[in-house]
Amino acid sequence: MKILVCISDVPDTTTKIKFAGNKELDKAGIQWIINPWDELSLTRAIELKEAHPDKIENITVINVGTTASEPTIRKALAMGADNAIRVDSEPKEAYFVAAQLAEVIKSKQFDIVFTGLDSADYNGSTVGGMLAELLDMTSVSAVSGINIEDGKVIVSREIDGGTQKLDVQTPFIAVVQKGIAIDPRIPAMRGIMMARTKPLEVVAPANIDNLTEIVEYEMPQPKGKCRKFTEENVNELVDVLHKEAKLI
Amino acid sequence: MSASQYKHPDYYLVDELLTEEHKIIRDSVRDWVNREVKPIIEEANQKHQAPMHLMKMMGEIGVFGPFIPQEYGGAGLDYISYGLIMQELERGDSAVRSTASVQTSLVMYPIYAFGSEEQKKKYLPKLAKADLIGCFGLTEPNHGSDPGSMKTNFVDKGDHFLLNGSKMWITNSTIADIAIVWAKDEEGIVRGLIVEKGMPGFTAPETHGKWSLRASVTGELVFDDVKVPKENLMPKTKGLKSPLMCLNSARYGIAWGVIGAACECYDTALRYSLERKQFDRFIGSFQLQQKKLAEMITEITKAQLLAWRLGVLKNEGKETAFHVSMAKRNNVKMALDIARESRQVLGAMGITSDFPIMRHMMNLESVITYEGTHDVHLLITGHDITGIPAYK
Repeated sequence: MKILVCISDVPDTTTKIKFAGNKELDKAGIQWIINPWDELSLTRAIELKEAHPDKIENITVINVGTTASEPTIRKALAMGADNAIRVDSEPKEAYFVAAQLAEVIKSKQFDIVFTGLDSADYNGSTVGGMLAELLDMTSVSAVSGINIEDGKVIVSREIDGGTQKLDVQTPFIAVVQKGIAIDPRIPAMRGIMMARTKPLEVVAPANIDNLTEIVEYEMPQPKGKCRKFTEENVNELVDVLHKEAKLI
Repeated sequence: MSASQYKHPDYYLVDELLTEEHKIIRDSVRDWVNREVKPIIEEANQKHQAPMHLMKMMGEIGVFGPFIPQEYGGAGLDYISYGLIMQELERGDSAVRSTASVQTSLVMYPIYAFGSEEQKKKYLPKLAKADLIGCFGLTEPNHGSDPGSMKTNFVDKGDHFLLNGSKMWITNSTIADIAIVWAKDEEGIVRGLIVEKGMPGFTAPETHGKWSLRASVTGELVFDDVKVPKENLMPKTKGLKSPLMCLNSARYGIAWGVIGAACECYDTALRYSLERKQFDRFIGSFQLQQKKLAEMITEITKAQLLAWRLGVLKNEGKETAFHVSMAKRNNVKMALDIARESRQVLGAMGITSDFPIMRHMMNLESVITYEGTHDVHLLITGHDITGIPAYK
């Protein structure tokens, strides 16, 4: 069985986001990390391979990105992926990314494809679904657990009031969420050393158009100063709510 | 993964001097410390209990013997990687870093550098995985800065050596499976022996009542007619130079490690100064607090550059014991001063275990003394520049 884990290279989740102008993210000083859902997906894939070395023969990670995302890919290899593919292009929007991934997946056979529920940069939550559509593949959304039991792939999903367990035929796409793994795997020093020689294949992007264009980013308005009103000046409060805040 | 509030100070963009692999190594150990060390270390320190469960974990993530070649169970990484690992471990706690220093530089390194092929194959892979824990015995009750006057000795009894003497201030003594013991042979030459736990006549009593490195075990090693198999002599050890080479490796790790403790104290003090208000102002707005913080970041930056350059020299095989002495001395004093100044910034809160500062300060009182005291390292530099050893 071969597993593919799709990984995004995203700003650390504690980053204070700034924009250069109103269309471009200001990338200065940002620390880039593996998208947390993707990191947990990879962790689960590694756990499955360790538990079932006879069933899982290979874990590949794939990223649509420029050379700037290679440190993130190397970290994924250090965690325990066997090889990596990078589609050499700026990941501009969800359809573009999904279509690029689909082109690679068509040319190589994978039994389980993991994508995160969303990526921590734009939170679009669309790549997994688009990928399934583009490849006409089975997909399972909101996956919170995956196991191999008696040779079958059993997928858990959180549903209202309980957990649903599905026996899923491969190949399929698992769009994962909370619960897939407890903590992300921390690369061991030997793993980091071994990652130096693991294959990282760079493929040229397919000729695919973007379907969306970023028109503008807008930061939230800064919060105003807190003003205190007492019982004595309640009329003033009403006046402010009516004339300044225009709420009443 | 970054759940911690910690923001690593990098005023001179020293990160740009590191490779991407170095950063993965550093961030991995930082994540591990945030996940496994930080949540438990205050209690371990308060209770004076070594968190033994961390040993196996440290073996799994590979912080024992990172520069030892892979064929012997290490990771085969460079010395800047080793330094960064020590920095991150000591940001957690000096006791945790001390354990890794001892296992790596004082146990695995001598076996790798001076041991036979059989000894390397027998011990190194198990030490790397923490299947075996080691300790290092050089200092004696009456011979600290002057180890050449040691009394511990062994005599050749034909089919074995008979070892007698005692060692003191030994990190991990009571929990160690093997001890690297430095003793004089019948010609008075210092040699290294691998003494295993359970050998009759070998005991390791614990030193109680420490106010420093409370999350690790310190004790003695006592040898009373211990029969040591001849194959346990490390064949390439000859003279005091051998243990001093081990200490040099450990001191190198300390020069990096203490930067982690200093950064943790500085980061805590800086954040506190921007949260704590007095006279209706953040205390960080007062000139006296800014002076403290500005001097701290200046000294941290100098220490980072010193450690990085030392790492480059070590990678290139150009570093000397004199270089290492300067870096160990400067950086430990820097860290201790920053711990004390950070404590001042936090006022009374600084003495509590709600913050890591007092723990680091107490730990660093040991670090400034062990592996060559602050004063002796100054004399080593004096010896180097004048050619005159003032300590003899």
